[in-house]
Amino acid sequence: MLRKIRITLAALFFVGITLLLLDFTGTLHHWLGWMARVQFLPAVLALNAVVIIALLLLTLVFGRIYCSVVCPLGVMQDVISHFNRRKNRFTHSPALTWLRLAMLVVLVVAVALGIGSLVALLAPYSSYGRIATNLLQPLYLWCNNGLASIAEHYESYAFYSREVWLRSLPTFIIALLTLCVIGVLAWRGGRTYCNTICPVGTVLGYVARFSWLKVYFDADKCRSCSLCTKNCKASCIDYKSHTVDYTRCVACGNCLDKCKFDALHYGHPKKQESKSEKQAPATDQARRAFLVGGAIVAADVALAQAGKKVDGGLAVIEDKQPARRTVPLTPPGSQSAANMARHCTACQLCVAKCPNDVLRPSTDLKTLMQPTMSYERGFCRPECTRCSEVCPAGAILPIDVAQKSGIQIGHAVWVRDNCVILADGVECGNCARHCPSEAIIMTPSDPNDDESPMVPAVDRAKCIGCGACEYVCPARPFSAIYVEGNEQHSSV
Amino acid sequence: MKKNNISRRNFLKAVGLGSAIVATPAIVSCATGDKSKEQQEPPVGKMTYRTNPKTGEQVSLLGYGMMRLPTVNQNGSAREDGENEIDQEMVNRQVDYAIEHGVNYFDTSPAYCQGKSEHCTGIALARHKREEFFIATKLSNFSPDTWSREASIAMFQNSLKELQVDYIDYLLLHGIGMGEDGMEEYKERYVSNGILNYLVDQREKGIIRNLGFSYHGDIAVFDYLLQMQDNGEIQWDFVQIELNYLDWKHAKEINERNTDAEYLYGELTKRHIPAVIMEPLLGGRLAKLPDAMARKLLARDPEHSVASWAFRYAGTPQGVLTVLSGMTFMHHLKENLCTYSPLKPLTDEEMRWLDKEVADELMSYNTIPCNDCKYCMPCPYGIDIPAIFVHYNKCLTEGNVIREAQSSEYGKARRAFLIGYDRSVPKLRQADHCIGCGQCAPHCPQRIRIPHELHRIAQYVEAIKQGQDAPAAE
Repeated sequence: MLRKIRITLAALFFVGITLLLLDFTGTLHHWLGWMARVQFLPAVLALNAVVIIALLLLTLVFGRIYCSVVCPLGVMQDVISHFNRRKNRFTHSPALTWLRLAMLVVLVVAVALGIGSLVALLAPYSSYGRIATNLLQPLYLWCNNGLASIAEHYESYAFYSREVWLRSLPTFIIALLTLCVIGVLAWRGGRTYCNTICPVGTVLGYVARFSWLKVYFDADKCRSCSLCTKNCKASCIDYKSHTVDYTRCVACGNCLDKCKFDALHYGHPKKQESKSEKQAPATDQARRAFLVGGAIVAADVALAQAGKKVDGGLAVIEDKQPARRTVPLTPPGSQSAANMARHCTACQLCVAKCPNDVLRPSTDLKTLMQPTMSYERGFCRPECTRCSEVCPAGAILPIDVAQKSGIQIGHAVWVRDNCVILADGVECGNCARHCPSEAIIMTPSDPNDDESPMVPAVDRAKCIGCGACEYVCPARPFSAIYVEGNEQHSSV
Repeated sequence: MKKNNISRRNFLKAVGLGSAIVATPAIVSCATGDKSKEQQEPPVGKMTYRTNPKTGEQVSLLGYGMMRLPTVNQNGSAREDGENEIDQEMVNRQVDYAIEHGVNYFDTSPAYCQGKSEHCTGIALARHKREEFFIATKLSNFSPDTWSREASIAMFQNSLKELQVDYIDYLLLHGIGMGEDGMEEYKERYVSNGILNYLVDQREKGIIRNLGFSYHGDIAVFDYLLQMQDNGEIQWDFVQIELNYLDWKHAKEINERNTDAEYLYGELTKRHIPAVIMEPLLGGRLAKLPDAMARKLLARDPEHSVASWAFRYAGTPQGVLTVLSGMTFMHHLKENLCTYSPLKPLTDEEMRWLDKEVADELMSYNTIPCNDCKYCMPCPYGIDIPAIFVHYNKCLTEGNVIREAQSSEYGKARRAFLIGYDRSVPKLRQADHCIGCGQCAPHCPQRIRIPHELHRIAQYVEAIKQGQDAPAAE
């Protein structure tokens, strides 16, 4: 019964979070956004006291059910493990306490030093976020696009198509590797990852030791048949000594159902159990494989956009290259590069939500996979505040449209050599025409000659760095006007 | 399964019985049934013909325009899919069908279909006897590279070769009056290089049977060319003009640099010059009217299409030699054949109704007068100009351009406009990428201020993306 409740709740959470990560229409997060906000590590980074206390209390009462229900990466492992039909395949193994603590220390140090990329690699929810957005969202979009073309056929506007593109190769590779490694570990050993690497698992595990409700043995009834141990995906039950390692038990309830003699109970135990002994066998290939983040996988990715054909009546449009910004752009609401680095767990939720194809994971080593902006496919539109609405980690704080129009995330810079006005000798002014803050004025290129071609000049005081100018600039492959980031956002 | 079959058969039987009963009263007037078939399958041998006063030849009132030929990837909006290769097999079938039903005038140009039209027309027509068809082609003027005497002669000779003929029935100076300065362009293109004399010479030799010009734009050039005839300097055997119920009285109103068809046609009939009509449908816009307008036309004649009114309008004046239609699809061809086999001329009252009520009301929609001829293309900055205008006009006529955010229909219209926009024009080819260089404008036969209109549309799109009121139309 307990198991069924757990499975139902887990399924609800898992499907909900997955849909939240896949949705591109900007509607689902109004209903499901809280599912991301109750994730442990993002809540910690957001200093969301309510959620943290609630989760700790939850764990203190029920044990690590967070890992069995709320964490999508945990549930994903259960799903994968479920498909391995070999019966009774688990064994009891001693805890790898040193590795778990080491990983926790690494995370704490990384957070303290603001090494976002390391935090991102260790955060379980973010790992799932990357898997869902990098590997699953393209499939989701393609299905949607299929529906959209059917809708188009019937002149219906129920579906609209979205371009599928590879936002960042390194992040894609990391997502793929994460899935492979965790997938293999889950297939073979159940919750190996959760009980050796995952720092959230470690923290909650040590809290769960003191939980009010837990799984315990009724030694009188136990016949030492070993079924509980063989069916424990956390490898935490030692049937011989009648002990359960509560730091690793995720309160899934599988053992309760398996026991034929009613020797296992979930409740408040009458007497304290002795701790399990410590030994250290080898499961650290998991860690090694996992951390080979930057390794190369020959992923001749189906995602890579095939070059578009154009018919003879249309000029070929050369692809724009991202501008080489000395200071990367972070979205409005993130306040500063430092705030972003401190809080972001690189779960990709904002990236998946960006309707203008502006956000993408950073490829910079220090901020690896954290969101950064570029304007080849669109610009940060004035009416949109979606990324700030969804961020669970406080990396992008909520803002409204009015606030957004005054936040200077960067400033436009004109590149004389690229400008078509001077290079092609044509009239343009498209940047000035599309500037939502009217920060660009057209002025004679030769201040002493009013007849000379009009070129854009940027009023830094007004520019908010939205990138409309960069996006509509006809110069290719590099725009003649681009946005340079502000390390600290300011207001107009 | 078996059971299902039986029940289905029973069901059909019941339905059949039912419909037989319902149909009984209709049997009395058998003609109704036949008539509706007539509207689908045009009759053979009923085509209306007009006589060329110079040669006495009988020209079919329906002329086949070879500018909008069917392509292999013919799926509406997907303009960027594939190479837009012309579907020769379909061209052949449609040409065969047209000839079989009495069409004998085929109008092409070296510039049409990105230069492929003459070739494809030649292939299709070479399968027929030379005396079964008249061919019209043009000395085109799109690129100044082709303006030298040598290049012009080469263009003409190439037309003969591509069309696989040794004489041209109707040759036109293409797009007289177009360009920044229509008069200057005319002189440079046809006079100073002596090419007009060359063409007159070819006419004397019989390589050209009829010499004329097609006119767009600057009225001064039109008047000047007719003046030449009045002065006895040249004889125009025919002139091609734009004529339809919108342009008859409103061309100048739509764009002050254009001239009403009423004047153009009047000047030609005064001189007994036969008129060849282009854009009878305004690039299809008169076939796909705003809902309220379409309802009006259909209410007046439920059995004939909206387009048929425009064709009857263009074909009714006796000075019209032939009416050109770029029939991409077989069903276009059939529909038009039905209208002209034979032509049922408009009554004076019907004419007035179209001129006044229909055209006046149509004017209130403020559509952009783009006929999707693609002369403006390719835009050097990659904008798909006609696709943008077509989409905008479509939304305008479907009531999906709503400027007031408080309107209850705003949300629905906004969605239709924006989703449809992305469907019909790739993002980077949309109006917001127009830089306003103005290189397109001189090529537009409708003399649309293209950059101005694109910026206006971009502004509208920006406003509705933000969910705000859009600036009022001009």
